[in-house]
Amino acid sequence: MARGAAKVEKVEARSADAASLLGFYRDMLLIRRFEERAGQLYGMGLIGGFCHLYIGQEAIAVGMQAVKKPGDQMITGYREHGHMLAAGIDPKSVMAELTGRAAGVSRGKGGSMHMFSIEKGFYGGHGIVGAQVSLGTGLALANRYRDNGAVAFVYFGDGAANQGQVYESFNMAELWRLPVVYVIENNQYAMGTSVERSSSETHLHRRGASFNIAGAEVDGMDVTAVREAGLAAAEHARSGRGPFILEMKTYRYRGHSMSDPGKYRTRDEIDAVRRTRDPIELLADRLEAGGLAAESALKAVDAEVKAIVADAAEFARTAPEPDPGELYTDVTIGAGA
Amino acid sequence: MTTVRDALRDAMAEEMRRDPDVFLMGEEVAQYQGAYKVSRDLLEEFGARRVIDTPITEHGFAGLGVGAALAGLKPIVEFMTFNFAMQAIDHIINSAAKTLYMSGGQMRCQIVFRGPNGAASRVGAQHSQDYSSWYGQVPGLKVVAPYDAADAKGLLKSAIRDPNPVVFLEHEMLYGMEGEVPDGIDVLTPIGEALVRRSGTDVTLVAHARMVGFTLHAAEELAKEGIEAEVIDLRTLRPLDHATVIESVIKTHRLVTVEEGWGPFGVGAEVAARVVAEAFDALDAPPARVHQEDVPLPYAANLEALSIPSLARIVAAAKAVCYR
Repeated sequence: MARGAAKVEKVEARSADAASLLGFYRDMLLIRRFEERAGQLYGMGLIGGFCHLYIGQEAIAVGMQAVKKPGDQMITGYREHGHMLAAGIDPKSVMAELTGRAAGVSRGKGGSMHMFSIEKGFYGGHGIVGAQVSLGTGLALANRYRDNGAVAFVYFGDGAANQGQVYESFNMAELWRLPVVYVIENNQYAMGTSVERSSSETHLHRRGASFNIAGAEVDGMDVTAVREAGLAAAEHARSGRGPFILEMKTYRYRGHSMSDPGKYRTRDEIDAVRRTRDPIELLADRLEAGGLAAESALKAVDAEVKAIVADAAEFARTAPEPDPGELYTDVTIGAGA
Repeated sequence: MTTVRDALRDAMAEEMRRDPDVFLMGEEVAQYQGAYKVSRDLLEEFGARRVIDTPITEHGFAGLGVGAALAGLKPIVEFMTFNFAMQAIDHIINSAAKTLYMSGGQMRCQIVFRGPNGAASRVGAQHSQDYSSWYGQVPGLKVVAPYDAADAKGLLKSAIRDPNPVVFLEHEMLYGMEGEVPDGIDVLTPIGEALVRRSGTDVTLVAHARMVGFTLHAAEELAKEGIEAEVIDLRTLRPLDHATVIESVIKTHRLVTVEEGWGPFGVGAEVAARVVAEAFDALDAPPARVHQEDVPLPYAANLEALSIPSLARIVAAAKAVCYR
C-alpha cells in the first residue's frame, strides 16, 4: 500500500509463510494455464460468444482469496474464471460451463460471464459493467442486517469505475457503514480505451474521497502486497468502519475478449510488463531466491497444474450438452410464467 | 372498509411480522411515512433496520435490494413511482429476473419491486407512464396489478411470499378507494388468476388496475342499451391467465381489451393474439383494443382526458364489436 491508507490502522506483519506462498504460486499458475487452455478451446470453436481471460491479473484473485473468511462473499463482473478457480471451484465445472455443457457450474445456461457458487460465497458472474458494485453492496447490506460479521468483496475494473451506480453504491455504503471492500482491478484498459483517455481522475483509489471512503493503491502484480492490503481493508470493513477501496494496479496480457485485435497498445508495452512485472515469475523468483522452494518443488506444481487443466479441458470437450428439456427449467421457482 | 393504501400497508406489516427476513427500502418510506403514505407507521413498529430510507438513487438502491435478495433476504423495494424505476430497470431485468436461469437454478432472488404505475392526474408525460407491457414481457419476473383493496392486500402478501422477483404495479388514483378486505394473516390472492368481476353474455371486456373501474362503469352503461358485458380483471399480467379470458370469449364471442398504457406491443395486443390463436372460431368480430393515445401524456386537462381511455371509448368499442 503506497498511499492514501490513512484510515487503515497498522496491522501486524503477517507475511505469508513458505507453504502459503507455494500455494499462491500453484493457484496463480492454475489460473494462467486454465486461461491459456480456454483461449485454445475458443480458437477451436468449443467456447462461444464472449470469453474474457484473466491472464496477467492472477495475483489479485489469489491474494484476495487468502483474505476471505468463511461466510464472506465475493462478486465480480464477467472476467471471472480466475476468481472462480481461486475460490476453489472445480476447474472441470468451470471449463464445462465455458463449453456450454450440462456439467457446467451453471448447468451450461450461464456461460463464461455467468457463474455462481453459493457454497463458496461466489455471487457471480455479472455481464453489465458496474452492476456487481450495487449488487455487492447489497450483499454487505444483508451482512449488516444479519449482523453476521461477514464482509463482501466487490471486484470491478477501471472501466466500471466510471459507471454512475458505483458512486450511488459508495454513497450508501459509507452512509450506512456497510462491511464492503471495493477492489478495483485497474488493468489500464476498458476494452480499448485507456484510463487516461476515459477518466478525469486516473488515481482510482481516490474516487471515494467525496464520500469519505478511504482508498489505497496496491501493486496488483505482487500477490503478497495484494494480500496484505486486503487484510487491512477487510479488517477496516469488518470492524464496522465501513467500506474501503483498493486500487490494484495490474495489466491484462490478452485482449479484452477473444475478438479484440488489440490495436490500442503496442506489442512492446505488453512484452515489457511480461518481462518485468509478471506476477507468477515474480513469485517464482522470490521463492527460489529466498530458498523457500526448490526448483523441483515448482516443477512438481507445474506438472500438477498441467494435469488438472488437461483433465478439465478433456472433460469440457466430451461432457454432454444440456438436455433439451432444460430450456424451460429454472425460469421461475415453482409453477407459472 | 379499508382503502387500497391501508390494505397495502397492512399486507407489508403482516408479512414483516411473519418473516424477519422481509424489509422495506425506498425513498421517504420511513420517517416521511411514504410519499403516498403507503408505509404509514411501519418505521414505528419495525424500526430503522427494517424500514430503510434511501437517498434518491434508484439505480443504486434497486441493485442493493437485489444483492440483499441474492444473499437470501426478502426485500420490498418501493419506487416512488415506476417512472423512476426506469433508472433501475437494468437491475430488475438483468440482475433479478435472469439470475436464477443464468445460474442453473442456484441463485434465488425473492424480492418485490412496488409502487404506483401509470397516469396520476396532470403530472405530465414523464410521471405518467404505464409499464405493464414492459415488465410483462420478461421471463423470470412475475407481474401483478391489483384493482381493489382486497386484491391489493391479498396479492401483495402473495408477492412477498413468492420466491421469485415480483413487479407489483399499484395505481395512485386507486390508493384512496375503499373496499371490503377479509381478515386473516393467510388470506391471499393467488398470483396468476384473473377474476370475472361481472358476468355477461354479449361481450368480454378485459382490463387491469385502474381500468377495471372504468370498464365496470362501461358495462353498466352498456346494460342500459341491452348489452350484457362480462368484465375480467386480469390482476396478474405475468403469468397471464389466458384460460379465463378464452373461456369467456367462447361464451360471448366478442373481445375488447382496455389498458391505460400505449397500444402497440401492449397487454391488449397480447391478450388479443392469444384469443385469436386459441379461440378464432368462437369470435364473431375482430377483437378491439382501447388504450392510451399514441402520444406522450399531455398536461392540459382537455388533452389529458382525450389521451387516457374514457368510459365513452370503452362503450363505443364494445358496441362496435357487437355491431351496434
